[in-house]
Amino acid sequence: MDNAKKTTILNLTDDELVNPGNRACSGCGLGIVYRTALKALGKDTVLAVPPSCLTVLQGLYPVAATKLPCVNVTFASTAAAATGVRAAMRATGRDHLNVVAFAGDGGTGDIGIQALSGACERGEDIIYICYDNEAYMNTGVQRSGTTPKGVMTTTTPIKGKLQHKKDVPSIIAAHGIDYVATASAAYPLDLYDKVKKAAAMKGGTRYIHVHTPCPPGWGFDTRYTIKVGKMSVATGLFDLYEIVNGEFSLTGESAKRVGKERTPIAEYFKTQRRFKGLTQEIIDEMQAIIDDKWAAYTA
Amino acid sequence: MHVIESGNVAAATGVKLARTQVIAAYPITPQTPLTEKLSEFVEGGELPAEYIPVESEHSAMAVCIASSTAGARSFTATSANGLLYMNEQLHWAAGSRLPIVMCVANRGVGAPWTVWNDHQDTVSQRDLGWIQLYCADHQQIHDTVIKAFKLAETVSIPVMVCYDGYLLSHTYMPFDQPEQEQVDAFLPPFAPEHFLNPEAPRNFNTVTLPDVRPDIHGNTAPGYMEIRKTLHSDLRGAIGEIEKIDGEFGEIFGRGGEPFVEPYRCDDADYVAFCMGSLSYQVRDVVDAMREEGTKVGVMGLKVYRPFPDVAVRDALAKCKGVIVLEKALSYGNQGALFADVKSALFSAETRPFVHNYIVGLGGREIKTEHLYDALTESINNEAAIGDEPQWVGLKM
Repeated sequence: MDNAKKTTILNLTDDELVNPGNRACSGCGLGIVYRTALKALGKDTVLAVPPSCLTVLQGLYPVAATKLPCVNVTFASTAAAATGVRAAMRATGRDHLNVVAFAGDGGTGDIGIQALSGACERGEDIIYICYDNEAYMNTGVQRSGTTPKGVMTTTTPIKGKLQHKKDVPSIIAAHGIDYVATASAAYPLDLYDKVKKAAAMKGGTRYIHVHTPCPPGWGFDTRYTIKVGKMSVATGLFDLYEIVNGEFSLTGESAKRVGKERTPIAEYFKTQRRFKGLTQEIIDEMQAIIDDKWAAYTA
Repeated sequence: MHVIESGNVAAATGVKLARTQVIAAYPITPQTPLTEKLSEFVEGGELPAEYIPVESEHSAMAVCIASSTAGARSFTATSANGLLYMNEQLHWAAGSRLPIVMCVANRGVGAPWTVWNDHQDTVSQRDLGWIQLYCADHQQIHDTVIKAFKLAETVSIPVMVCYDGYLLSHTYMPFDQPEQEQVDAFLPPFAPEHFLNPEAPRNFNTVTLPDVRPDIHGNTAPGYMEIRKTLHSDLRGAIGEIEKIDGEFGEIFGRGGEPFVEPYRCDDADYVAFCMGSLSYQVRDVVDAMREEGTKVGVMGLKVYRPFPDVAVRDALAKCKGVIVLEKALSYGNQGALFADVKSALFSAETRPFVHNYIVGLGGREIKTEHLYDALTESINNEAAIGDEPQWVGLKM
C-alpha cells in the first residue's frame, strides 16, 4: 500500500455499478462499502451473496440494484459458492474475471466460517469481502460473533453481550492466505485501494474485512455514519491493516496514529445507543485491551 | 467395450464420458470410491475437469449450484447423512432450476449409525423438486448417469441417480461402456440460455415477493407461487422427456425401451411385486420359484420415482389382482412412501387390485430370498387380513 499511489476523490472512477435508489437504509454503511468495492472491481466481476442486508439492498425480483452478474446463495455457503463460480470460470475459459464473495459478519464469521475456512485452506482464487456491522442487522439486530462486548441487541436485551468480539480477520489470516486486509466504510478510498490491490493479486484467496456502521442497529443518527466509523479507528478499537503474504502492517489512518494520542474509547461508546448499558468496568476493560494491543503494535 | 467393474466405477466412467466440467467431492461411505475414481481421472489427465475437494457436503452442493449457474456441467455424489446435510442446498438447486447431476449410493440414515443399504436417504428427499432415478444393476448406473445429464439439461431440473450402497456400489459386474464418440453424439455440450456473465449481467435467486410484480419495462414477472408452479409443471413434463431421451439413447446405444418400470414375467401376472433398485432383480428368483408352483406372479422395478410416472404405473398394475410393494424406506408414522404413491396412482383405475406394503432390509438387514417368498405368499393368501399396515420382513425380535 505504501508504495502504490493512493486513490483520491479526484481520480476515483465515475463508473457506478450499484444503482441509486436501492433498498439500503438511509445512512447505511454498506451502501458506501458496496458502491466503493464494486467501483474498484470493475465490470469484469461475478458476485456470490448470501442472505444479508446486501440481499435487500440488491432489490426484489424482477429488479436488481447491481449491474454485475450475481448468484444469491444459501447462508452458510458463500465461500463454497465463490469456489464453484471460479471453477466454472476456469472450465469455460473465463478465468480472467474477478470472483467475489460479499457477505455480512454473521454470514462470514458464524454460519459461513466452515465454508470460508475450507476455501482459504484450498487457496481458492477468490476475493471475499465481509462487511461487519457487528450484529444480525437484516433480521433485526441480534447478537453475532462479531458483536462487541457489552452491546445491547435484541438477543442481549438486558445485560448486553457478555463475550468479546470474535477476531475474524485473524482467524482467516491464520490460514496463511495471500492477502488479508481490514478497512472501514468511513475510509472508502482506503477500501478502494485495498480492493484494487486484492484484485491485482489474482491466484490466491484474498480477504477484506470492512467495519460497517449501521445507524438503526447501532443507534445513531443517519448523518453520523462516517463520523462513527472514523471514531472507531481514532480510538484504536478497529484498526486498518494489511497482511500481505504473512507480513502485517498498519495502513492509512491507523498507521498515522502510531505514537500519537488515541481518542478514549468512552467517547466512542457515547455516540451509540447500543452501548448505553456499559458499566465502567467494561469501559475500563475495553480501554485496557486497546492499550495492550497498541503497545504490541509499537513494541 | 465390455468391462467388469464396481457400481461406483460404473458411475464414475459415466461422469467422465459425459465430459463433466466441475466435480465437487466430499467422502462418505459407500459413495467414496466413485469420487476417488474421479480424482484419479482428473489428476491423471483423462478428464479435463475442475475437481474441488470441499470441506462438507453442504459446500459440495454449493460448488455445484454456483458452477452450474456459471454455465459449467457439474456433478457430485453422496450418501445418507451427507445427502441430508445438503438438504437446503438441494431445495436451492431445484428452485434455481440447475441441471446438476448427483449420484447417491443409497444408505440408511442415522441415528443409530449405519453404513449399510436402504432407501430412507433419498426417499425422504422426494419433495425437493429433483428428478430421482433408481438403478438395478451396473449397466443401468452407467447408462443412467449419461442419460441424467441430457435429461437435466433438457428440462433444467437437477437429477439424482440412486443405486444401492454396497449391493451395487461395491460389487463387480460386467457392463458395456460406450465409446466417447457415441456419448458425444448423444449428449451435446452444456449451453444454458442464462448464466453468470458480465456481458449480460443477471441477478439469480433474488428475493421474490408473494405477488406478481412488473419489471422496469412494465412486463409482469412471476411471484414465488408462479415460479414454483412452473417447477412442478416442468417436472410433470419431464415424464415425457424421460421417454423421449430413453428412445434417443436406445437408437445410439441399443439399450433401453422401459423408461419407467422394468417388468419381469408380468404379462399374465395376477400378482405383481413392486419395488425400486436392485431388489427387483432379487425378487425375480422368487417369481421363478412361485411360477413353477403355478402362481401367476411377476415383479416390476420402478426406475423413476420423481416425477412419479403415475400413468405408466397405473397402466402396468391396474389389470392384476394384487400388488405387493416391497420397500427399503418408511414414512414413519404412516406407511411406505412408495406404497402410498402406488395406491394413489391406482385410485382412479376402474378396477383396483389390492395393494400390500412390506418393509424390508432397513439398515442393511439381509433380505433372504425365502423371506421374500414368504412375504409374497402371505400377501397373496391373506388379502383381507393384511390391510394397509406395513408388514415388516426379516425381523428377529
